[in-house]
Amino acid sequence: MTQLSAGRSDRLGCVPVSPNPQPAVEVSGLVKRYGSKTAVDGLDLVQQPGTVLALLGPNGAGKTTTVEICEGFRRADDGSVRVLGLAPGSEELRPRIGVMPQGGGGYPGIRAEEMLNLVAACAKNPLDPKWLIEVLGLGGATRTPYKRLSGGQQQRLSLACALIGRPELVFLDEPTAGMDPQARRLVWDLVAALKDDGVAVLLTTHLMDEAESLADDVVIIDEGRVVAQGSPAELTANRPDDQQLRFRARPGLDTTLLSAALPEGLKVREATRGAYVVEGLIDPQVVSTVTSWCAQQGVLAEELTVAKRSLEDVFLELTGRELRS
Amino acid sequence: MTTFAPGTFKPAPGRGSLPRMLFTHARTEAMLTLRNGEQILLTVLIPLALLIALSLMSVIPMPEPRVGSATARIFALAIISSAFTGQAIALGFDRRYGVLKRLSASALPRWLLVAGRVCGALVVVAIQIALLAVTALLLGWRFPLAGLPWVVLLIVLGTLTFGALGVLLGGALRAEIVLALANIIWFVLLMVGGVALSVPVSFVHLLPSAALAQALETSVVHGTAPGVGPVAVLVAWGVVAGALATRTTKLT
Repeated sequence: MTQLSAGRSDRLGCVPVSPNPQPAVEVSGLVKRYGSKTAVDGLDLVQQPGTVLALLGPNGAGKTTTVEICEGFRRADDGSVRVLGLAPGSEELRPRIGVMPQGGGGYPGIRAEEMLNLVAACAKNPLDPKWLIEVLGLGGATRTPYKRLSGGQQQRLSLACALIGRPELVFLDEPTAGMDPQARRLVWDLVAALKDDGVAVLLTTHLMDEAESLADDVVIIDEGRVVAQGSPAELTANRPDDQQLRFRARPGLDTTLLSAALPEGLKVREATRGAYVVEGLIDPQVVSTVTSWCAQQGVLAEELTVAKRSLEDVFLELTGRELRS
Repeated sequence: MTTFAPGTFKPAPGRGSLPRMLFTHARTEAMLTLRNGEQILLTVLIPLALLIALSLMSVIPMPEPRVGSATARIFALAIISSAFTGQAIALGFDRRYGVLKRLSASALPRWLLVAGRVCGALVVVAIQIALLAVTALLLGWRFPLAGLPWVVLLIVLGTLTFGALGVLLGGALRAEIVLALANIIWFVLLMVGGVALSVPVSFVHLLPSAALAQALETSVVHGTAPGVGPVAVLVAWGVVAGALATRTTKLT
């Protein structure tokens, strides 16, 4: 924990001191219930202006509920939420934020450019809709009604609607869901450009690489509570004995035999079918033992890599491996 | 790697001008209605066909002058078609496709979201009435001009009342259920609700459809002010539906 706070103050030290250090988003003690189910259970988070914060969690963890309360779509049952120092959903706040709701939104019969023009008319200094349409790769679908756009195209239009008004803070609820890899890269580049221009971005995602490569801060939530937070580097910080050797081989190898062949303190498991993980202090001797043990079994160890913990490992440790309903 | 010039997304937030927002929203609403084939069938083609049929054929008994009576009733039907049935169905599917959520997250004030839809609906009704009026004149309708202010007033009142009823239906239920109910109610009001025909029971004149048709008949055929009764019925339905709709309408 001391390590986390040290990392945090280092990073804050790089940010120029602002006369008005008001957080972009400040949530404390947030509670939201749906009937007897508690979706958000005393959640706290603070996002500094101009930073990218990723809200990470399994399905049903309370990510969307939290974001929709910040956006003003739902009311909190308890706790306080301030966005740019204002009440969520207020007429004063809405022009200053950009929102990309989960699954997008548009009139079923409207064309992409018409929808973007409508949202642009609501802003004082909008970006050029034609330019934004081209940037988001929707130039070839300008005549297509919204309901016939693909899921990924609808998502891109929704992102355009979130950005068109030059907001100070953008909420992106699963921005890359349903997008192909090219579109996902584009979204990542956009988020990086937003951050460089001083726009704060709060996004939710299931994708670890997305959170790892975009976010200044990651907040992992589960069952409506924060289970960990920090920068990706802090969350995946290695202890010397916390490394992994991964390899692929024929499924069903006897991991207890391999474990016995290895030094004390190393754990072996078959993470998914045919994908093995050895955890602990990985030195050259361990790598050699694993490959020769495999050779004795008459199997070839493929894709052998030594890595530090990924954000995904941290996530699975904290939120468990079983499927959520 | 797509690169953007530094400063491309530099924040410059702010709300657009109110008249421009209202104009753009209302124009979008009207344009989407006029571009939708099913809406055109419901709001223009069916009323036109019925106007011609009622004027030329005497299957349904109607007071003389026959063209005038038919015109008044078809004006009422056209308003019910677009302000009630069309609006309810559009709203049901707009909610399904998340557009209300999308717009309510923008800088558009809440009252403008309603005002834009109302203005869009009034534009569509104005176009319908213009087409029907020209057709009626060609069929021999003689319009007493003294009734014009009353007719305009009734058209606006009818649009608001049936619009509120349409929002009440389209804002609360699932899109498919809205689609079915809005069409069934339209048909029932046409056949027995005092528009083309009415069932001989005492409460028919308390229906908004009968009230609108009756009030329009007075002003369209005789050029005089409508009775207080039908106008009161329309206002009452509109106020109750509007008040209920503000509580029951959901964004998605």
